[in-house]
Amino acid sequence: MRDVIITDTTLRDGSHSVSHQYTLEDVKKIAAALDAAGVDIIEIGHGDGLMGSSINYGFGLHSDFDYIKAVKPVLTKSKLAVLLVPGIGSIEDLEKARELGVEVVRVATHVTEADVAEQHIKAAKKMGLFTVGFLMMAHMADQETLLQEALKMESYGADVVYMTDSSGAMLPDQVFDNISYLKKHLKVPVGHHSHNNLGLAVANSLSAYKAGADYIDGSLIGFGAGAGNTPTEVLIGALNKSGIPNHVDFYKAIDAGDKVLIPIVQEKGLALPRMSSDSLVVGYAGVYSSFMLHAKRAAERFNVDTRDVLIELGRKKAVGGQEDWIIEVAHNLSKK
Amino acid sequence: MKKLKAAIIGPGNIGTDLLIKLSRSPYIELDYVVGIQESKGIDIARSKGIDTTTNGIQELMARDGSDIAFDSTGAKPHLMHAPLLKEKGIFTLDLTPAAVGPYVVPSVNLNEEILNEVNVNMVTCGGQATVPIVAAINRAADVVYAEVISSVSSKSAGPGTRKNIDEFTETTRKALEKVGGADKAKVIIVLNPAEPPIFMRNTIYAKVKNPDLDAIRKSIDDMMEKIRTYVPGYTFLLEPIIKDDIVTVMIQVEGLGDFLPVYAGNLDIINSAAVAVAEAYAKKKLGVNE
Repeated sequence: MRDVIITDTTLRDGSHSVSHQYTLEDVKKIAAALDAAGVDIIEIGHGDGLMGSSINYGFGLHSDFDYIKAVKPVLTKSKLAVLLVPGIGSIEDLEKARELGVEVVRVATHVTEADVAEQHIKAAKKMGLFTVGFLMMAHMADQETLLQEALKMESYGADVVYMTDSSGAMLPDQVFDNISYLKKHLKVPVGHHSHNNLGLAVANSLSAYKAGADYIDGSLIGFGAGAGNTPTEVLIGALNKSGIPNHVDFYKAIDAGDKVLIPIVQEKGLALPRMSSDSLVVGYAGVYSSFMLHAKRAAERFNVDTRDVLIELGRKKAVGGQEDWIIEVAHNLSKK
Repeated sequence: MKKLKAAIIGPGNIGTDLLIKLSRSPYIELDYVVGIQESKGIDIARSKGIDTTTNGIQELMARDGSDIAFDSTGAKPHLMHAPLLKEKGIFTLDLTPAAVGPYVVPSVNLNEEILNEVNVNMVTCGGQATVPIVAAINRAADVVYAEVISSVSSKSAGPGTRKNIDEFTETTRKALEKVGGADKAKVIIVLNPAEPPIFMRNTIYAKVKNPDLDAIRKSIDDMMEKIRTYVPGYTFLLEPIIKDDIVTVMIQVEGLGDFLPVYAGNLDIINSAAVAVAEAYAKKKLGVNE
C-alpha cells in the first residue's frame, strides 16, 4: 500500500480554537512535539491564513511571521507550511514567509473560484515552494464543478489539489465518490481536509485514502474550527489498524496532544473543541466551521440563538471569509 | 451643446457598462472604442454606430479628436498606455489598479487640483464604495484603523478582477489611508458564487479616537447623500453601530443594470464615479456653470 502524507494543522486551523492567541512559546513546544512525532508537514499561522489577523477574523497575538520565525529553528524533519487565501493575503506576504523558511504553501479559494489563485499558485511555484491547491467548502459544488476547478489549479502548477470539507458537511460515500472522480482525471496527487461537525472526520479521511488521496490533514485532539479537525492521533491509530503506511509515531502523536497541547489549553482556561449543538448545526447547515465561535459571540451581543444565526448563514450561502455577514444576520434576527 | 469626445480602452465588463452610461451624458460624447480582439463590447459599440478598433492603443494614438480616455484594461496595459495618453494630452481616467495618477473618489476629493491632472486613478470598486464612509467617520471621530471586507458576486468579477486580486486589496488599502484619512487600513475581498447573485456589499470597521456615535451617524448621513447623487442604489445594510471604539457599517450597492444586472453594484459604482469625474472635467473645459 502507498504511504499517506500527513499535514498537521494544530498551529493553523487549531489557532481558531485559541482565538489566535498562541504564544511564541506555545507554538515552539507544539511544533517540536509534532516534528518529533514524524508529522510530514506542519501548517502554521492565523486560522484564516497569512494576514488573517483582523477585526473581522480576530487579531492574532503575534504576526504570522513571528510565529514562523519562532518555529522554524525547532524543526528537524517536518516541512513548514502556510495557508494563503487570495483576497486576504498577498504574494508579497508569501514571499516574506518563504524568506523566513516556509517550504510549503496551501493556496485556498472557495470551491468555485479557483481562478482567483492563478497568480498566487504560479508565483509560489516560481519561489520554489511546494504548492497545494486548497478547494474550500467542497460540499457546495457538484462533482463536475469540483473537478473543473481542480483542473484549473493543476494547470496553474499546483503539486497537489485538496478537496477541503470546510464545513464538515460531507458524508463518507460522498468523499469517496468525489476523490475517486478527481483521482481519475487529475495528474497530480489529491488530498483531503475534514472537520468533525457530523462526527465523520476520521471516517471521511479513511474514505479519501481508499479513493486514492495521498495527502490527509489532521490536528492534535482535533484542535480546529467548528467541532475540530480530524484528530491526528486518532487518524494515525485508524491508519495503523487499516495497515496504511504513514510516517507518524502513534504514541508520540498521542503524547503531543496529552502532554503538550492540553496543558497549553488548560493554562489559557479554554475548552477543547468538541461536538456540540452549535458545531452540529454548522455541519448540518453547511456553514464555514470558523463561523461557529463568531456566531456565538454575535448571538450573545444581539441576544439571539446561535443556531438561528448559523442556519440563516447557510441559507444565505455565505462562504469562507464572510465572517462580517454574521453580525448583520444576528443584528437582523434581533430586530424580528 | 458642444460635448467633449471620449474613448474607451478595454471594452470588457467595465468598459461596456461605461459605454452605456456615457450615452446618457449631456457633456460627453463617446466616439471611439479600443479593443484588442473581437468581443461583445466591440459588437455593442458598433451596433450603436460608435467607431471601433480591435488593434489596440496604437490606433487611438494615430487618431485625433479624443479629449478624454477611460482605460479599463488592466494594471500592466495601463502602465504602457499612460505615457502615450499623456503625450497626446488626453485626460485619462484609469480604472485599473495601476494608479499612475492620484486617487479620486468624487464625494471626497473631486476638486480643482484633481481636474488639472492629466491622469487620475479611480481606485477600485471597493474603494469607491468604502473610502467615502471612512472619510466621513474620520471627519467626525478620527479613524486610527479602518478595515474593509468587500463581497462581490462571482458573476460580476471578470477575468481582469480575478487576476488582480492582490492589486485590488493593495490599491484599496492605500486609498483608505490617503483619501479616507485612516492612519492604517486593511482590505479583504471575497467572491461569493451564490445564485441568484448577491448585491455588492461592503463591511467597514473603523477603530476611532472619539466614539461619538451621533456625530458619526450625522457625518455618514451627509456623505450618503453626496454619493447618492451619482450612485442612487447606495444604501445601508447595517446602519452604524458601535462597540467600544469600533464602528461597524455595512453598505449595499445596487447597480443601475446598464450592462450587467443590478447585482453588479461593484461595476456600477466605479463607473458612475468615473463618469462623475469626467463630467466635472468636461464642464470645466466647456465652461458650463451650474
